[in-house]
Amino acid sequence: MSKKILIADDEQNIVISVEFLMKREGYEVTVAADGEEALARIRAEKPDLVLLDVMMPKKNGFDVCQEVRADAALAGVRILMLTARGRETEVAKGIALGADGYMTKPFSTKDLVDKVRDLLV
Amino acid sequence: MLQGPVVIAVSFLYLALLFAVAYWGDKRADAGRSIISNPTIYALSMAVYCTTWTYYGSVGRAAVTGVGFLPIYLGPTLVMTLGGFLLLKMIRTAKANRITSIADFIASRYGKSQLLGGLVTVIAVVGIVPYISLQLKAVAISYDLIAGYPALVSPTGGHGPILADTTFYIALILAAFTILFGTRHLDATERHEGMVAAVALESVVKLLAFGAVGLFVTFGLYNGVGDIFERAMADPQLAQLTAVASGSRGYATWFSLTLLAGLAILFLPRQFQVTVVENVSEAHLKRAIWLFPLYLLLINLFVLPIALGGLMHFSGQGMNADTFVLTLPMSAQHEWLALLVFVGGLSAATGMVIVETIALSTMVCNDLVMPLLLRTKRLALNAERDLSGLLLSIRRGAILVILLLGYLYFRLAGDAYALVGIGLISFSAVAQFAPAMIGGMYWRGGTRNGALAGLLAGFVVWGYTLLLPSFSKSGWFPASFLSEGPFGIELLKPHQLFGLTGLDDISHCLFWSFAANIGAYVFVSLLRAPTAAEASQATQFVDALKTTRPVGSALWRGSADAADLVALVGRFLGPARAQTAFASYARRHGLADAERLEADADLVHYAESLLAGAIGSASARAMVASVAKEEPLSLPEVMNILDEASQLRTYSRELERKSRELEAATGELKAANDRLLEVDRLKDDFMASVSHELRTPLTSIRAFSEILRDDPKTALPDRERFLGIIVSETERLTRLVNQILDMAKIESGNAEWLVDEVDMNAVVEQSVATTSQLFRDKGVVLSLDLADSVPLIRADQDRLMQVVINLLSNAVKFVPVNAGRVTVRLAADAESLKVSVTDNGPGIRREDQKVIFDRFRQGGDAMTSKPTGTGLGLPISLKIVEYFGGRLWVESEPGQGASFIFTLPLHNQENGKSE
Repeated sequence: MSKKILIADDEQNIVISVEFLMKREGYEVTVAADGEEALARIRAEKPDLVLLDVMMPKKNGFDVCQEVRADAALAGVRILMLTARGRETEVAKGIALGADGYMTKPFSTKDLVDKVRDLLV
Repeated sequence: MLQGPVVIAVSFLYLALLFAVAYWGDKRADAGRSIISNPTIYALSMAVYCTTWTYYGSVGRAAVTGVGFLPIYLGPTLVMTLGGFLLLKMIRTAKANRITSIADFIASRYGKSQLLGGLVTVIAVVGIVPYISLQLKAVAISYDLIAGYPALVSPTGGHGPILADTTFYIALILAAFTILFGTRHLDATERHEGMVAAVALESVVKLLAFGAVGLFVTFGLYNGVGDIFERAMADPQLAQLTAVASGSRGYATWFSLTLLAGLAILFLPRQFQVTVVENVSEAHLKRAIWLFPLYLLLINLFVLPIALGGLMHFSGQGMNADTFVLTLPMSAQHEWLALLVFVGGLSAATGMVIVETIALSTMVCNDLVMPLLLRTKRLALNAERDLSGLLLSIRRGAILVILLLGYLYFRLAGDAYALVGIGLISFSAVAQFAPAMIGGMYWRGGTRNGALAGLLAGFVVWGYTLLLPSFSKSGWFPASFLSEGPFGIELLKPHQLFGLTGLDDISHCLFWSFAANIGAYVFVSLLRAPTAAEASQATQFVDALKTTRPVGSALWRGSADAADLVALVGRFLGPARAQTAFASYARRHGLADAERLEADADLVHYAESLLAGAIGSASARAMVASVAKEEPLSLPEVMNILDEASQLRTYSRELERKSRELEAATGELKAANDRLLEVDRLKDDFMASVSHELRTPLTSIRAFSEILRDDPKTALPDRERFLGIIVSETERLTRLVNQILDMAKIESGNAEWLVDEVDMNAVVEQSVATTSQLFRDKGVVLSLDLADSVPLIRADQDRLMQVVINLLSNAVKFVPVNAGRVTVRLAADAESLKVSVTDNGPGIRREDQKVIFDRFRQGGDAMTSKPTGTGLGLPISLKIVEYFGGRLWVESEPGQGASFIFTLPLHNQENGKSE
């Protein structure tokens, strides 16, 4: 059974590229375009991994991450944060909020695929 | 209900309540959680000024002289509001020198003279005794009245045998109560926190009670203030009362009463006690200077209505106006109100008696009895034993004696005067302290002999012109003394001394006593230069408000033994207290315990100030001198030390000024640094935003490029789609870079502006032409509403097109496909051109209407999909419009579309360097 991945990002073109990559690796992919939609889909679908953008409308990635971690029913959901803001403090904040990994944009597709694979082992 | 036993029970209950409050206040003070450390309580405690004289007597005086009762409150109000600096100086001086009473203050100022302290004490006791008798009289009258209820008989009072006289028992009860209150233990600081708390409570009670009577008379017996005055005006005799007495005699009376009352608020022993000795913090003075006058205003509000109401109510019944406050509710059968009034009057009397006799007993003990004992029985007292019990006994005895003296005066002279008259005799006595006090605080030249001479002269004149006549009036002294002068000598008639006529008794006394007092004080002071001791004290008092360490210890030379000092202090404060005090002194100086103390000048000074708190400064000086070998300083030496001190003061002022300048400079630096940090932060935010905006398209470009590179066999439709995205993201990146550079150029002032005559009509038309493809693609209707011709303006045509194009492309971005409508308007008025671009899109939320002009902020949060664009279009447009002196803003209601409007002034300064 293939693993489920949710891509949460408001940049249409980035979603297209990441969706293509993940499907090519054989994962099942769903998409959310803002923070609230992402949270709703995580609750409904319980994906194995969320690729979570930080700067999103309605609810940012940090808040989504925090709410997921506060919900015991979602303990199995892994979170990989993706952000175009690459500062050290942001990385630290993401990790502190319970993210399993953190990548800055633009990223190498190979790195992303490897990281996703590692997280889903 | 109002039988004697009930009234007595209520009175004792009330006194018990006061005692409980005082007990609680003392406990809290011992626990270090003062309840009186509060500016409101401080101001209320000052209201101990309002005694039964105010409570009953004001109405009595108003019934005779109309507004003539007012100067008694006008004086204190003026002193409080204008004389704050004087009070501050008294408080600071008293604290620095551990002053315990006004006698101590004067004695300390003039070289710690025991003789002077004793004289002040004698004047105070003799002067205040009539005042205390006044309180006894008022309580006795009010008791007899209320116990006689329901009959309304003016009591005769004080003519029966002593043992059947209510007043006598009242004096004894008050003495017992005061002893309980003020002398339960000996306090080194002479502060009585519990007493102050109780007095503050009493001030509230008497104000409430008086207010209740006022309301009852005004609105219960009559129909409001207007009604009372209207009825009174109808009677020519009563109408007179509402006018200020005219003529020179009237003004002289007003002036002297105002002056007397103003001095009384400063120098009455009880006022000195609550205002200066019991002051917890100088900051409390700030509230007291308006709250206390406000209290005086409130308690006088109903005086005239009650007086006039009473005169009309009891018309022809010969009721004493001093009793109106009580007899009005009684005649209306209002028992509860009458009882409340009685308790209020009791409050006014007990408050005064307690504070006054405690203050006087401290003076009698410290400045009269102790010096005499130390002189006559020095050997016996120097024996190793604890004298603190003796001190307490002396004070208790003094309280009893003072109250009995008050009773004696009441028997001898109490009937001759109304309440107010008796009070004024005391005020005039206390006023004699003014020259020595005020002179002492502001004139270095005043000497001990001068103060002695002045006080003595003033006191003698006072006794001759006021006190003796008061005895004479009550028939205890031949009446011819008043009418013909002693031994028939006309010139010596006490009320017309040396033929001075045309003044009332009080003004007459004030004139002659002040003439003698001030004259003697100044003349005798000038006879010789101040001695060393006087000069050093004068410096401390006159310069009290200047910021410097007290020079006290610098002015002592000699040798002493630390153990002797500890033992000496222990004899008066109790050995345990003395040990504690010296141990804490040792700790402050970095020593392990009091055993290691060296008896240097500082320690001697410390011991003396401890003693001063318990037995007064003059006795303390004498006691310290008895255990230390002192080398007296000569006057030149003292002057040298004081000079040095004043030089030090100059240096320290200079230092303070420098440090203030430094502080200011530091503050400026800090502000500049904060501004720089803020600029940095903004730049940082900007860089983070730029970084984010650049990385986002780069992410897609890189991802798709790698996908295509890694897998050459990507399906053709995917390949075309991916390449299309790469191209459009590259274009986005280019646009972004261009706009960032554009923004940076405009902000840094490096942008080029091609300024020429510009026709705004042409600008709008060309912009519309440029964007027409966008409108066609989305099926949006664009309509123009342009003025026929508008004045030319001087501006950069390309830049203005950039603005209009930006607004048009924003509009088209947000309107619905195939149903969108956009209207461009251009109009001109006398001063400016106005361009607006209106759309029928979703509108912009109010909270977003400002932020959309910030860089990288788009009105996107409400929308599911992020709008395209860089987030720099509006900020750049705003910069351009502002550059030409115009304004750009948005008007929008959510759901109703939006209008972006900008104006450009017709006559900007050339190319509008308006930034």
